[in-house]
Amino acid sequence: MKRFRLVTLTMLLALPLSPAWAADGLNSGDTAWMIVSTALVMMMTPAGLALFYGGMSRYKNLLNTLAMTFVAYCLTSVIWVLWGYSLAFGPDVGGIIGGLNFFFLSGITPASLEGTIPTNVFALFQMTFACITVALVLGSIVDRMKFSSWIVFTVLWVTFIYTPVAHWVWGKGWMATMGALDFAGGTVVHINAGVAGLVLCRVLGKRVGYGKEAMFPSSIALTALGAALLWFGWFGFNAGSALAADGLAGSAFLVTNTSAAAAALAWMFTEWIVTKKPTVLGIASGVVAGLVAITPAAGFVGVGASIVIGLAAGCLGFFSVSRLKHKLGYDDSLDAFGVHGMCGTLGALATGIFADPAVNANGTGLLFGNPGQLWIQLVSILATAAFSAIGTLVLVYVTQALTGGLRVGEENEIMGLDGTVHGERAFDLE
Amino acid sequence: MLKKIEAIIKPFKLDDVKEALNEIGIQGMTVSEVKGYGRQKGHKEVYRGAEYVVDFIPKIKLEIVVDAGRVEQVVTKIRESAYTGKIGDGKIFVLAVEQAVRVRTGETGIDAV
Repeated sequence: MKRFRLVTLTMLLALPLSPAWAADGLNSGDTAWMIVSTALVMMMTPAGLALFYGGMSRYKNLLNTLAMTFVAYCLTSVIWVLWGYSLAFGPDVGGIIGGLNFFFLSGITPASLEGTIPTNVFALFQMTFACITVALVLGSIVDRMKFSSWIVFTVLWVTFIYTPVAHWVWGKGWMATMGALDFAGGTVVHINAGVAGLVLCRVLGKRVGYGKEAMFPSSIALTALGAALLWFGWFGFNAGSALAADGLAGSAFLVTNTSAAAAALAWMFTEWIVTKKPTVLGIASGVVAGLVAITPAAGFVGVGASIVIGLAAGCLGFFSVSRLKHKLGYDDSLDAFGVHGMCGTLGALATGIFADPAVNANGTGLLFGNPGQLWIQLVSILATAAFSAIGTLVLVYVTQALTGGLRVGEENEIMGLDGTVHGERAFDLE
Repeated sequence: MLKKIEAIIKPFKLDDVKEALNEIGIQGMTVSEVKGYGRQKGHKEVYRGAEYVVDFIPKIKLEIVVDAGRVEQVVTKIRESAYTGKIGDGKIFVLAVEQAVRVRTGETGIDAV
C-alpha cells in the first residue's frame, strides 16, 4: 500500500512536465480545437459558399458557380502548400512579403510548432482563409466568365494579392507593426475580395440582358442552407482565429453569433418596411452581412458592440444591394462588393471604435480612450482597397492575355454555362 | 361540324373554368402552360438592385373540341368563369376542325369528341 502511494505521488509530481501541461510546447486542447476550426472553415467554401452562391445563380449556371467555388478551393489548397504559406507567413522581407523559405513547407515537420499548435495545423488553418477569400470574388462575376480564365485568375490572385495582404496583417508585416486590428480577416478577406470582385465585374462587363431581363435565383432553399453552413463554419473562422482553446475564443464565438443574428433581423425588418415583403434571401444575406462585419472585431469587442455592429451591417447590406448597385449601375451579380466589401469596411471601422481592452488587451478603440485606432483602421482599409483594386486590375489583364479573353461567347452565355461549359444539368427533374 | 375552342386564361382560374364546363357536360379538354402578353406587358420591376422588364406572363391554354351548335354556350361559360375584371383575363378563339378520330375505337366526327 505504501509502495502504491509512493508511485502515485511520483507520477503526480511528473505530470507538470508532460507535454499537456508545458507552458511552451504543444497544447493538445489548442491543437484539437484548431484542427476542428480548420475543418469548420474548410466547409465554408465547397459547402457553405458554393450553395449560398449556387442557389443565387440562375438555374442554367448553378453548376458553373459550384464548380468555380470548388476549383478555387482545390487550386488554393495546392498553391498554399507550395508557395502560398511561405509568402504569407515566411520570414518578413521589408514588411511587405514573406520569404520563400517555406516553399513546399520545407523545414516544417510534424513536430514543428507555431505557438502551442503544430505548424502544419496552423498552415492549414490559414490556407482555408485563402481559399474562401478567392472564392468570394467569383460572386461578382457568375454567369459569364470562362472556366479556364477563372482557374488562371485564382492562381495569380492568391499568389500576388492574397498572400501580401495576409502577410501585412497576420505575418508580422507593416499593418501589424502599425497596430491595425483585424482579428479574423475584415481587410485580408472581405475588403480584399469585395474590391477585387468589383474590379473584375467592371472589366468583364454586365451580363447579357442585365437591366432588361428578369434574373432570378434558381434555389433560395439552397442559398438559405448555404448561409446556415457558413454561419456554422464561421465559428471556426472567428473563434479559431484566437489560435487557442481559451476565453478569447469563447468571446469571439459569442459575438459572432450575436452579430449574425442581429444583422439577419435588421435586414429582414428593413426589407419588410421598404418592400412590404421579408424575403428569405434577405434573411440569409443579412446573416452573412453580420458575420462579415464582426469578422475583424470578433476578438476585440463585447456583446453590446456586436449587437450594434450586426444591426448596422444588416441595414447597410440591404441598402448597398438594393440602392447602391442600382444607382451606380454595375453588375456585381451576387453582391460580393455590396455585402463583403461594404460590411467588411463597416466592421474594420467598428473595430477601431468598439475595441475593448477588457476583452483583449491588444486592442483599444475610440470608445475606450484611443481615437488614434480609428485612423489606423482607416489607413489599413484604404491600403487594402487600393492594393486590391490596382493589383486585381493588373492580374485581370494578365489573365485575359493568357487565356485569350475572359468572357464566354454571347450565345453560350444565353444558353447557360452548365450545359455549354460542363455539359451537365444541376437537377434532372422529371 | 366540329369547332375547336382555344381559351387563354389566368392560371388560377383553371379550376373555376373546369368546374363550369363540367356542369354543362363538357367531357374532356387539353390544358397547357403557356406564356404570353397582350396589353398587360411591359412594366419594369427591380429585383436586388437590378431592373428588369416583365414581358411574358404565365397563362393557361385550354383546348376543347365541340359540335358547332354548342360553341356559343361553351364560349359564354368560359368567359363567365375566367373573368376577374382586371387586365390579363385572356382571350378565346374559335377555329374550324377538319376531322376528329378516337384512337381506341376509330370513331370519327362528333362520336370521337
